[in-house]
Amino acid sequence: MSDLPADPSLLLDAESEIPIRVVLAKLGLDGHDRGLKVVARTLRDAGMEVIYLGLRQTTDSIVAACEQEDADAIGLSMHNAGHLTLAPRMVEAVAQAGLDVPVVIGGIVPADDVATLIDFGVAAVIGPGASAQEVVSAVSAAVDRQTAAQ
Amino acid sequence: MSRDPLEEMFEAARGGNRRALGKLLTMVEKRGESAALVSEGAHRDAGQARVVGVTGAPGTGKSTITGRLAAVSGASRPAILAIDPSSPLTGGAILGDRIRMDNHVSSSAFIRSMATRGHAGGLAVAVPDAVRVLDAAGCDPIIVETVGVGQVEVSIAAAADTTVVVVTPGWGDAVQANKAGLLEVADIFVVNKADRPDARGARRDLELMLDLGHRGGWRAPIVLTTATEGEGIGDLWAEIERHTAHLHDSGELTHRRCRRRRDEVADRIELELRCRVDQIIQNEPGATALGRVDRNELSPAAAAEQLLSTLDPDNPPEG
Repeated sequence: MSDLPADPSLLLDAESEIPIRVVLAKLGLDGHDRGLKVVARTLRDAGMEVIYLGLRQTTDSIVAACEQEDADAIGLSMHNAGHLTLAPRMVEAVAQAGLDVPVVIGGIVPADDVATLIDFGVAAVIGPGASAQEVVSAVSAAVDRQTAAQ
Repeated sequence: MSRDPLEEMFEAARGGNRRALGKLLTMVEKRGESAALVSEGAHRDAGQARVVGVTGAPGTGKSTITGRLAAVSGASRPAILAIDPSSPLTGGAILGDRIRMDNHVSSSAFIRSMATRGHAGGLAVAVPDAVRVLDAAGCDPIIVETVGVGQVEVSIAAAADTTVVVVTPGWGDAVQANKAGLLEVADIFVVNKADRPDARGARRDLELMLDLGHRGGWRAPIVLTTATEGEGIGDLWAEIERHTAHLHDSGELTHRRCRRRRDEVADRIELELRCRVDQIIQNEPGATALGRVDRNELSPAAAAEQLLSTLDPDNPPEG
């Protein structure tokens, strides 16, 4: 290995500069993707790399994307009142695949359901009124917690 | 990272473990010490896979074509490397190629999105490394998709065994295409969205241009596709296979791969030098010299010459 650079720090992109990679998707039958597109833009503007899967994804397709893309977080947007059914399935699929990736939920989630989702293992729930800053903070905090836990 | 865990990761990746392969790709993307180890590790086993580059202007249907190609190839483990630009302002990126692919690609395809991360030179090194890792993991074919704007993006797609250039009806005449530098890298042309008017006109423009001359024994065929419907994708794959056979028979394959490796050596040196230049500029003696340039006490040319001498190995930079 003597032909490797003696000082790797000379190379660009120190480990700390690697952007957070987030998989964004709509899980199941739910055609409301405008909010998710805004979130994609918001996270990009915060310097993250967004892997955008769009509509009609399954827990399997999201897990596959997460593995192939080595993503740091999953963001799901839910506007079909299916969050209490679908979010736990996503968390379970992630755990079953052995991934250490937080699941963040956005969209329309009644305030009463938030605590339930957190109990199910969802990392954060971002409500309709959230500012761009709150969206970014929720995602990076979820990633930080996960990294610290490892 | 020691050698053994890395060996284990490669073995898992060869066995089809998506997580292991995903992690290996992240390591080469990060660069630095672990990237060099992964690159070396992959180098021993690489060289088996066919590498296909797909490029063309934004919105021509590259991602849809790429996804469909992986599906019709009939290969058990195709891979796609989809490259999208990072925002030069924030460093973030929206990698949206999968949205055009997931529905078409069998679950066996390994798809990885890659952002340019602001360093054109970095991409020129990261992409060959990523291809090498996919190759070593047993993926074949490997389809590399880049936007056909900018020298670096075009040259990355061109650094393939077979390069496919995608255009659409109404894309402009041959003069426009020549300006973009896309035409000379094409082994195969695709006129996508062929259900639109004037697809034949686009084909005729390309034919006329090809009549003016083509490289070494291979005239780039023109395939009409409607990728969203899957039409023509089988023909495209057949042309790719025909080109692969031509590369083997003519000895061009060895020639191309040698050139690719040579180019990569130069790209790696260039990246390293670029980093040193940044270091010199940002630290001493660069800061002092740039201060003098600011005050107009030193000309930019004189400052450059002065700083250039610090790249000399006999005269290493201080600090």
